[in-house]
Order: sequence, then C-alpha cells, then structure tokens
Amino acid sequence: MGKRTPLYDTHLAAGAKLVDFGGWDMPLHYGSQIEEHHQVRRDAGMFDVSHMTIVDLRGERVQDFLRHLVANNIDKLKLPGGALYTCMLNAQGGVIDDLIVYFVEPRWYRLVVNAATRDKDLAWITQQAKAFAVEVRERAELAMIAIQGPQARDKTQRALGDIVRAATALQKPFTFVVVGDLFIARTGYTGEDGYEIMLPATQAATVWQKLAAVGVAPAGLGARDTLRLEAGMNLYGSDMDEITSPLESGLAWTVAFEPATRDFIGRAALEAQRQRGAVAEFVGLVLLDKGVLRNHQIVLQNGEKIGEITSGGFSPSLGRAIALARVNGAVSGDCQVEIRGKLLDVQVVKPPFVRNGKICVTLPA
Amino acid sequence: MSNIPADLSYTKSHEWVRREADGTVTVGITDHAQDLLGDMVFVELPEPGRALKAGQECAVVESVKAASDVYSPLAGEVVAINEVLSDSPELVNKAPYGEGWMMRIKPADAAEIDDLLDAAAYQAQIENEAE
Repeated sequence: MGKRTPLYDTHLAAGAKLVDFGGWDMPLHYGSQIEEHHQVRRDAGMFDVSHMTIVDLRGERVQDFLRHLVANNIDKLKLPGGALYTCMLNAQGGVIDDLIVYFVEPRWYRLVVNAATRDKDLAWITQQAKAFAVEVRERAELAMIAIQGPQARDKTQRALGDIVRAATALQKPFTFVVVGDLFIARTGYTGEDGYEIMLPATQAATVWQKLAAVGVAPAGLGARDTLRLEAGMNLYGSDMDEITSPLESGLAWTVAFEPATRDFIGRAALEAQRQRGAVAEFVGLVLLDKGVLRNHQIVLQNGEKIGEITSGGFSPSLGRAIALARVNGAVSGDCQVEIRGKLLDVQVVKPPFVRNGKICVTLPA
Repeated sequence: MSNIPADLSYTKSHEWVRREADGTVTVGITDHAQDLLGDMVFVELPEPGRALKAGQECAVVESVKAASDVYSPLAGEVVAINEVLSDSPELVNKAPYGEGWMMRIKPADAAEIDDLLDAAAYQAQIENEAE
C-alpha cells in the first residue's frame, strides 16, 4: 500500500482509478483522461498534488543559501509574494530536481519539490543548508490542490469566497498571497491560468468539495501529464535528470549566469559545457502520421540517429501525437521517429504546443 | 465490474471471439482490457488477407497510457478489419463488443474456437489477476 493524501477517500468515492506514483496512491483519472484534459483547457479542473513536497527554509542567511543552492537567481524576486521556477543542480551540472521557490519573508522562503525525489532532495538541501545555518522543515501536514483552466480563478473565488478574496490581488502569474491558513499561488503545470493552494490537510476535503460544487471537475495525473506536455513543461526524471544539464533540457532560460559573481552549485560545470559548445538541443515534435510518440523512441534524419524522445504522448488538443526530444545540435528539415520498426514523419517545432487554450504550432493541413 | 457477455469466447490475453453465421469469427478486446488501458488514441490493424497463427501479434492498441499488442485468438486469415477505428479509436472504449470490434478472421480450423475460454473461465482469470 502506498502513501495516501488527505483526499484519498474523496478520490475513491469519485470512482478514481488509482496508481502508484513515487510511492503514493494517486488518481490516474476519474473515468476519462481525455475528457479531464479538455475540461482543464476549456473550463476548470482540479488536481490533488498533495504528494508534492513542501519545504520551508528559515534563517538570517536564507537568501545567501538560495543564491548558492539553485541555478536561477532568487534576486529576481524583488518583493515577498513572488515565485520562481528553477533547477537545483549537482556539482556536475546535472539536475537533482526542478522546483518552485516562494519568497514569503526576507528570512523565510518556501520550496515545492517533486514527490518522487523527496528523500534525495531533503538530504541534499539539509546538507547544503548547514554552512548557512538555515533551518529546513518539511511541511508534510499541508495538502495542495491545483485549480487550473480559463475559469479556474473565477470558480475558485466563487467557491471559497472570503478566504480567497485576497487572491484577486494576484495580478500576474508566479505571485502568491498567504491568507490565514491558505497559501494561494498563481502557478500551475498545465499551461492554463489558475491557482495552486497549499492548506492544512484537515481542510483539504472541505475545500475540494466546495470547488466541486461550483463545477471544478477533478482531474488525474494522466491529464496533468498531457497538459504539461502540450504546454512544453519538463517532467523531472523523463526530460532531465542528474546526468543531463538544464542547458540540454530546454531549461537554459532558468539558469542565471548573471551576475558572474554568484557561485551557484553546478555553475562551473555549466560554463565548461557552454565553452565546449555542441550542447544538445531540446525540441518539440509533432507526428504527422497516425500513431503515438512515446518516451525513448529514436529520432532520425537521413537514416541517422540524431536523438531520442524524452516525453511523448497523445495531445488531445491537437488530436496528434507530440513529444519533447533531445537531439544533437540544431535540427531543421524532415525528421522521422522509429515506431515498432517503421519510420514515421515528424515535424520539429518549438514548444509550447498549446498555451492558454490556444494551439501555438503551425501544422500542415 | 467489467462486462463479459456469456455468448462470446475469450483468450487469456483479453481478446474476445464471436462466431458468425458465415463461418468467420469477429475479434476485439474485452471491456476489462479497454478499462485497464484507458482512453484509446490509435489502433493499428492488420492488412486484410494476412495469414495469422494462433497467439500471433495481429494488432496494436495505443491508449493514452501505453501501446499494447493484440494477439490472434486462432489461426486463420484476416478477411475484414474495422476501418472506422482509424478515425474513431475511442469506439474500443465505448463499445468493446460492438462498434469497437477489430477484425474478422476465417479460421483455419473452426474447432480451435472450442479451446478458448468461456465467459466463466475468463471471469475467473481476471479475478485471479486482480489478486
């Protein structure tokens, strides 16, 4: 038996199909993964993401610590209430995890890291924190619900009324407010607008039911994966890991080399990689034939292997298979993917495939 | 609970077989199989005329989750395929024993059908798998 979130019984009652995910029993879908996907793109859906690991960091030198720990620069967050997506690297420039940093107070930051990497992340963070005398505290008593879709913010405000009124002040993505017990962030993993709300586990089922009552439909990890893939968002463990750097994973935009004096873990390795040149490119693929792109399928050009799919699947919004792939250098022209011994044509595109309900790639009719 | 019609025959690998009046059999995958696989997004069927051995891979169903082989329940020749599935793979989810059928096979030896599982035996097998 896996670990259970505070919403486990709620999922069972809703008829969810449960699967193991990083040691947790999580809903894969509640009937149809594709319908849940469309529900998020067209209206509003909610995901139980309580399996994700919430870590609070406190201390006089917490900012210095984060300037060292992560590859993006937390000084981009000028004021409390800002959030930042970043990778946490090892000394070789490999990605230990990707995470979001929340600036709560000058001496208090919050991290949300992946569930499957919890143990190694906590060990690494705790080890690195010692030199900065920063307290590392996991907040396992908190649940987390993501409400996503064009109607997500309106419906959340309707469902929760006064307690989220302050969230209406969130003018931009990647901002958050703390209202009593609720930590409400305008973030997500779907390419749609919405909130991610961290709250005491004891309140999770009540909030979930209130959201359901205004028509926010539950969606499972299956839809979460196709939504993030369409949005061109990386999945840790598939698109990047400890032996790939952010520079070869489509995440160069998250690495802050400036100021040059900031000595973050992995910096020297990334600089060396840049100097050597010939860093692998990270691209999007759309299958032009019928079929489904899957992780680890080989990408070819002129009969030669040029790369591999890191995340593939069927895009409900495009009605075609799409993928993220790591290829050797810049690619243009026709490419193929090998599926069960056959070479099928793919078009190389720049992710995202879909954002805010709109298809962002141009395809042949 | 999955639907297991009493008048069909079954394989351990979750195909169903229906005898037709003209001596051919219709083949598809069971309700249990489609439920395990999830939403179908692509079905690859054999060319009509292809000769199949019993237990041979004869089609591929791809769901949002994974690609899975479909195995021929018996030896014979593919005489027809359900071409509608090319554009509407979701019929395999909606009507696995009806509009979601996959192919019609002319058996080399009709007696092979008697070796397949009946509904009760198939039911027992999926209960075993669940344990």
